Amino acid sequence: MGSAFPVPESPAALAAALARTGYLADDGLATAGYLAIRLGRPVFLEGDAGVGKTSFATALAEATGATPIRLQCYEGLSAAQALYDWDFPRQLLHLQAVRAAGQDADPTALEAELYDRRFLLARPLLAALTTSPCVLLVDEIDRADDEFEAYLLEVLADAAVTVPELGRIVAEHPPVTVLTSNRTREVHDALKRRCLYHWLDHPDLDREIAIVRSRLPEVSARLAEQVAAATARMRTLELLKPPGVAEAIDWAAALDTLGATELTAELASATLGAVLKYREDTERVRAAAILDPGTDP
Amino acid sequence: MTGADGTAVLVGFARAAREAGVPAEAQRTQAMLAAADALGPADPAALYWAGRLTLCAEPDDLPRYDAAFARYFGAAAAPRRARTRTGPPRRPSVGFGADEAGTDAEPTATLTVRVSASAAETLRHRDVAALTDTERAEVRRLIALLAPATAPRPSRRYRPAPRGELDPAGTVREMLRAGGEPVRLARRTRRVRSRRLVLLIDVSGSMAPYSDALLRFAHAAVRRRPTRTEVFTVGTRLTRVTPALRARDPDVALTHAGRAIPDWRGGTRLGETLRAFLDRWGQRGTARQAVVVLASDGWERGDPALLGEQLARLSRLAYRVVWVNPHAGRVGYQPLTGGMVAALPHLDAFVAGHSLAALTELVGVIGDG
Repeated sequence: MGSAFPVPESPAALAAALARTGYLADDGLATAGYLAIRLGRPVFLEGDAGVGKTSFATALAEATGATPIRLQCYEGLSAAQALYDWDFPRQLLHLQAVRAAGQDADPTALEAELYDRRFLLARPLLAALTTSPCVLLVDEIDRADDEFEAYLLEVLADAAVTVPELGRIVAEHPPVTVLTSNRTREVHDALKRRCLYHWLDHPDLDREIAIVRSRLPEVSARLAEQVAAATARMRTLELLKPPGVAEAIDWAAALDTLGATELTAELASATLGAVLKYREDTERVRAAAILDPGTDP
Repeated sequence: MTGADGTAVLVGFARAAREAGVPAEAQRTQAMLAAADALGPADPAALYWAGRLTLCAEPDDLPRYDAAFARYFGAAAAPRRARTRTGPPRRPSVGFGADEAGTDAEPTATLTVRVSASAAETLRHRDVAALTDTERAEVRRLIALLAPATAPRPSRRYRPAPRGELDPAGTVREMLRAGGEPVRLARRTRRVRSRRLVLLIDVSGSMAPYSDALLRFAHAAVRRRPTRTEVFTVGTRLTRVTPALRARDPDVALTHAGRAIPDWRGGTRLGETLRAFLDRWGQRGTARQAVVVLASDGWERGDPALLGEQLARLSRLAYRVVWVNPHAGRVGYQPLTGGMVAALPHLDAFVAGHSLAALTELVGVIGDG
């Protein structure tokens, strides 16, 4: 079932493959991805919202031709939603069908039949263990409860799950795992210890321009540069929510939709909602006169 | 980077990093060796990333790691400019599992309480700033017995229950057991869990007589709900002391916390430290829907307008904001300091915290609603 995860030659080769999908990774992130594949360790990504934590996993899957599987964490996430569940209605249906057919089935055989793999609903974690090659994205692990974290640790450490009625299901080729966290609470050290830890920073200006251009090829070079520069300056203003790369891309897309090829003060002011999400931030940016194109570096 | 020499160099580096405060213990060191091996021949940049990805555990480790790397391999080897992070190291680099006095201290404590019950009653209302050493020791013991905790609220998880809403999955499972007949209807109800409790304690000079009692109160809270309580000290800097306060023994915990706090008895820049808290922790989720207790006298040296602005932000995030001001316990106190005036409109409760009785009252306020 499936094949082993294709191992790139070097971090640089992985970065190039990621770039072809439109994701521009820096040295550290490419090295983290490369080591994750080579060593079979999960990558633990932290960083401000909108710096590209989640899209890294999707890009990694696309670049390597692996299946992406995503598990979104939230408070109250339980094993039945993350790992597997029995399809009880179908089991019942099967039971009724056997009865209707009037077969005098051997009870032991019937019972074994009921707990067959086809009645097992694979949730993301089990799906990731049985699909290969695949990239498993455990998104916003800090939102799940601590109990779930311990459970995840167990699954990741063994790359195996024990279903009492079926036995142990071992991954032939363990998935390449990417965990992301927004640091709303501290994730337990035992989990982090098994991971490669990477802090994602906002990209520098050149990289950000390149990211905007590669994501939105239709945007003019001038506009991409101006948007990246304005976003970078906004980040220096101590805003409540400094804009991330995601916001810069949204903003450029919004401006492009309006037919802009250049950032003007009126256009910027009209589309500010794409990049700033707090009234206080909008006021601060307006006061700092960052949107005046005359202040280009 | 395979040979024995290479390994020795890397293990030596891991040790240097550990001394610098990076959590580079054995398992992480092994991971670094494997990573360096996978990345191939020693290239300073690859080595830098091999170590950084495996040895570090949080953003605060990164500047320490960078410094250790530059020291060990020479400044030229570091491929990256040092990060400019102004925050203090928030974790003490010492371990904190020491609970030597923990096991046999507790029975003594309860015994003493029983013996001196009437004395305790008179102590309850005394200002902790004006106690003798013996009285202070007694009050400390009594504070350790407080168990501040937020009220439980329904969580998103369910548990089976004799009554409550119908549990479809459970009922079907029961039916399966009975050969398809709905013999018993399974029911479920929501589990309960408590809100997060966040304590921000001012450790500046003007609060010095009360910081010890308040930190002990925080320790009692952390001991009660270790995973649902966060404690920070504020002053001129923001310091997270939760890990230090997890030690069982209050004295050990306070020693560790003291070591972690760089701005004991300094000035107060509440507005700025509160902003640091909200930027780095609060807005991401620590303060969301939490009960936030801010213990300070409101002697703000910075701009009171900034404090008001940040408190407004905090009150929008938090479930309740409680301000504890030890000076409020004095007869004829009026909240007239600049910081207090700016803060008052954004508070849900304003309480004193100067005596044991006042702290007990605070337990009640925290547990409300």
